[in-house]
Amino acid sequence: MISPRPDKSMLYYPKMPATWWLRKRSYFLFMLRELSSVFIAIFLVVLLVQIYQLSEGPKSYTAFAQRLGSPGWIIFHAIALLFAIYHSITWFFSTAVVLPLRLGKREIPRNLVAALNIGAWIVVSLVILYLFLSLKG
Amino acid sequence: MNGATATLNVTRYSPGQDQIPRSQSYSVPYQRDWVILDALNYIKDHIDGTLSYRWSCRMGVCGSCGMMVNGVPKLTCAAFLRDFYPQEIRVEPLVNFPIIRDLVIDMSDFLDKLKSVKPWIIRKTEKQISEGEYLQTPEELSAYQQFTQCINCMLCYAACPVYGMEPGFLGPAAIALGYRYNQDSRDQGKESRQAVLGSHEGIWQCTFVGECTEVCPKEVDPAAAIQRSKVEITKDWFKSVLLPWGQK
Repeated sequence: MISPRPDKSMLYYPKMPATWWLRKRSYFLFMLRELSSVFIAIFLVVLLVQIYQLSEGPKSYTAFAQRLGSPGWIIFHAIALLFAIYHSITWFFSTAVVLPLRLGKREIPRNLVAALNIGAWIVVSLVILYLFLSLKG
Repeated sequence: MNGATATLNVTRYSPGQDQIPRSQSYSVPYQRDWVILDALNYIKDHIDGTLSYRWSCRMGVCGSCGMMVNGVPKLTCAAFLRDFYPQEIRVEPLVNFPIIRDLVIDMSDFLDKLKSVKPWIIRKTEKQISEGEYLQTPEELSAYQQFTQCINCMLCYAACPVYGMEPGFLGPAAIALGYRYNQDSRDQGKESRQAVLGSHEGIWQCTFVGECTEVCPKEVDPAAAIQRSKVEITKDWFKSVLLPWGQK
């Protein structure tokens, strides 16, 4: 059976405004999450260039590291760090949705899964920080 | 009745007469136990019989009365006047859909997409009736039960900015229902749904905004169904590439 369809020429097609993401807090936070990827991508490119400079020898690496010490780059890295933290937290909450964990027959609450992930993330970050500081010392 | 009134600003659109939709204001008696749908029915019965909208069950089962209430997709049979009163209430047709008339949207696109995921049990071989029912354990039932609650109200489509920008997107409810049947232990039709669910217009267009789950009146959680489908389809793809017997 073919269901009756309305006459397309009589329909009104609403357009989505370009500012749709300002309409709701959750849409805005989603756009922030998407934007965070740009900063993380730029950070990774800088990191790759930094590793390349390391292979070029101490002189070239020191010059590059000095350039990164400029106020502009420090502000960029501070913003990138905030975005990386925000992106990671949203990622851990997403993980709880994507991969439901079960304990026997019961599903572990999503917030608990996210909390466990974030806890593990903090521990790993502290271990890396400890290794970094002990190597530097 | 204490004489108090609630004001509803309702979208009106008459094809052939209006170039663009307009808003019309109506005052209805305010009653604490009235939902928005009661107010619309009052307008239809006592003020303006030309107002068009869909409704049926009045109890959150049929999924017909979904509209934008103050910019949020809601079932109007489950949205109480008292939650908005004394502020004026804006009632608009569900966004992201073409408008046929007033608050009535064209749902053809959704119906086509729903059909494309084959939301029914597919068997390669049917059992004989004499062999009995297809039995399931409680665990097998719980794998998909949540996703059976979908009433096709399309609130999730109105909440989804991806569907708003990319009308080709299969959308939350259709994917959730495809996932529901893929998870059903009685079903053997996963491969036949793969082409649609795994296409660019399927799960991969979803950027996980998550609003579909927020507005769902039946707690179906389409966002979870979509993300879990991504994991499953990726696993199936790796199996098919890495293992010679992985297609099976």
